[in-house]
Amino acid sequence: MDPNHYLVLSGMLFTIGAIGFLVRRNAIVAFMCVELMLNACNLALVTFSSHWGVLDGQVASFFVMVVAAAEVVVGLAIIVSIYRTRRSASVDDANLLKL
Amino acid sequence: MVDMIEPPSLEYLRLLPLLLVFGGACLGVLVEAVLPRRSRWGAQVGLTFLTLVVTAVVTVLGWRAGDVGVSALGSVTVDHPAYFSWTALVVLAALSLLLFTERRLNGGVSAFAPQAAAVPGSVDEELAIRARTEHSEVYPLALFSLFGMMLFVASNDLLILFVALEILSLPLYLMCALARRRRLLSQEAGLKYFLLGALASAFFLYGVAMLFGYAGTFTLAGIDQAVAAGAGSEWLLLAGMAGISVGLLFKVGAVPFHSWTPDVYTGAPTAVTALMAACTKVAAVVALLRVLYVGLGGLRWDWQPLMAAVAVVTMAVGSLLAITQDDVKRMLAYSSVTHAGFMLTAVAGASTGEGARQLSSVGSTLFYLVAYGVASVGAFAVVTLVRDRNGEASRLQDWAGLGRRHPWLAAAFSVFMLSFAGIPLTSGFIAKLGVFESAWSGGYPWVVVVGVVLSLVAAYFYLRVVVTLYFADPQPRSGQGGQAAQAPAGAADATPATGPAADGDGARGGALATEVRTAGAPAAVSSAGEVGVGRASVATYGAVVAAVVVTVVFGLLPGPLLDLALQAGVFLR
Repeated sequence: MDPNHYLVLSGMLFTIGAIGFLVRRNAIVAFMCVELMLNACNLALVTFSSHWGVLDGQVASFFVMVVAAAEVVVGLAIIVSIYRTRRSASVDDANLLKL
Repeated sequence: MVDMIEPPSLEYLRLLPLLLVFGGACLGVLVEAVLPRRSRWGAQVGLTFLTLVVTAVVTVLGWRAGDVGVSALGSVTVDHPAYFSWTALVVLAALSLLLFTERRLNGGVSAFAPQAAAVPGSVDEELAIRARTEHSEVYPLALFSLFGMMLFVASNDLLILFVALEILSLPLYLMCALARRRRLLSQEAGLKYFLLGALASAFFLYGVAMLFGYAGTFTLAGIDQAVAAGAGSEWLLLAGMAGISVGLLFKVGAVPFHSWTPDVYTGAPTAVTALMAACTKVAAVVALLRVLYVGLGGLRWDWQPLMAAVAVVTMAVGSLLAITQDDVKRMLAYSSVTHAGFMLTAVAGASTGEGARQLSSVGSTLFYLVAYGVASVGAFAVVTLVRDRNGEASRLQDWAGLGRRHPWLAAAFSVFMLSFAGIPLTSGFIAKLGVFESAWSGGYPWVVVVGVVLSLVAAYFYLRVVVTLYFADPQPRSGQGGQAAQAPAGAADATPATGPAADGDGARGGALATEVRTAGAPAAVSSAGEVGVGRASVATYGAVVAAVVVTVVFGLLPGPLLDLALQAGVFLR
């Protein structure tokens, strides 16, 4: 197995997530892009785990999944409460606090 | 054939401070589920402060006994810097939690939303206000966050570091969105903090993955060995260092990653802002130090110039933008950015402290964190006290002449400002001297020169506040009604959003709320009334007095704290 292929895929996913976060205006889509980045991290962790022949990376990816799930709970709670107040989940509308 | 799995052995006694805070938080969740609504608030306050006191005692006992070592199968290091920052965290969290308990200022209700799920201005919210419901969940949330911070400063393992980062962040995201007044601003602060925080932790995690790929292990010691051996791809190592630094510098609030700080600090309930400003800063800076010094010490020639550059930019941007602010809370947020820059000068120096009387970078940063943390909790406590009928009046021109009407309060605030500015006889002076000395002896004299110049700039805006307090004439507020509508309170009302609930604390909730809250909620912004100092409970006054005493005492007699910082100068590897 050549780990480089997986790493390139992981890097691409991470980049897509990062760019998506920057260009998409909907808070939920932006948040999904962060999840994509976390999944890219998981892929990298599992690849390195297999490369080194240790289980640490795979265990770590479970931790990351749990953390991501917890983050979804908190994030969606905040986004939904904002949506109910403003009838919009666009991050451009959240502009009351400014420099 | 199956290998026998060795049962892990945990050093329970050494880890007791962590376990106590975590246990207290879990009990708090239980209290929320079991007790009737009426008795929850008191029970939560009692439980929280009991937990904090017991944790503080246990921490100090362990510290004095010198019970140090790598614990929990190599994932947590309990050493002198960890004990120092645990004690600081518990004390600072206790001071800010005193502000959480404040109910007298608001006419008998807390500063947190009566029902966070209710849409601002809706019937649900009115009912919740009438029923005087309160979110006493903030106490367990704060304790969970404190647990995350305590784990963060002691973690010896990148995975634990990531998990601790999330444990400390997630409750903070929620608490930011829980303000009773100006709920739109508060929710927006929560959203911004959450989205940017999640992005930063994704970068952090990618850095962790890269370092794991480089070293094949998550432990900081293992990474240090791999760096020393020099095998493996340097790109992985540098990418890992970059990712982790982004995540940590975001939490520290250093400049390329500081843009969340002013918005979140302004929008969050002031008690939560105090907790964030003081405790998150301690946790993030100590974790940054530990990762850089213990894990990536072999790379110091790579990260030292980087940290020096970040420090300079942070000091410059923070202090220059702070001058332009006309809102005290926002000014304090930029001041926290500036102080992150001052601390990073010591981080860049990476001085080990030659001789018995010179602080190392770790020691001087720890001292700075205590001095800064105490003064900022005190300053935010004063912010909660200065009010008009809309709640907190944090615009600088509203504070004009406060010193003549409320000399004691203005004196306390001036002490904090002077400490921030680094004027002698306050702890801020000793702290600033310490970090600059570390940076100097670490080989970064030019950073020190820039730092001194920029601390003069910073002193300008701190002293401007003091001058406003004592020498400026209060402006009549009726003449600025239109302007006041642009202040955060008014902004919440003037949202262009459609839908039934656009008017935050506005008209519909107002009429009812005025009769419910004795403090008097606003029906319209123009009737904001005179700015005065609200009558607070003992807790808030206690926090202010304690902060003043600590700031002055450690300014006059820094010896004992300096000794502790000196002792806590080196991380255990």
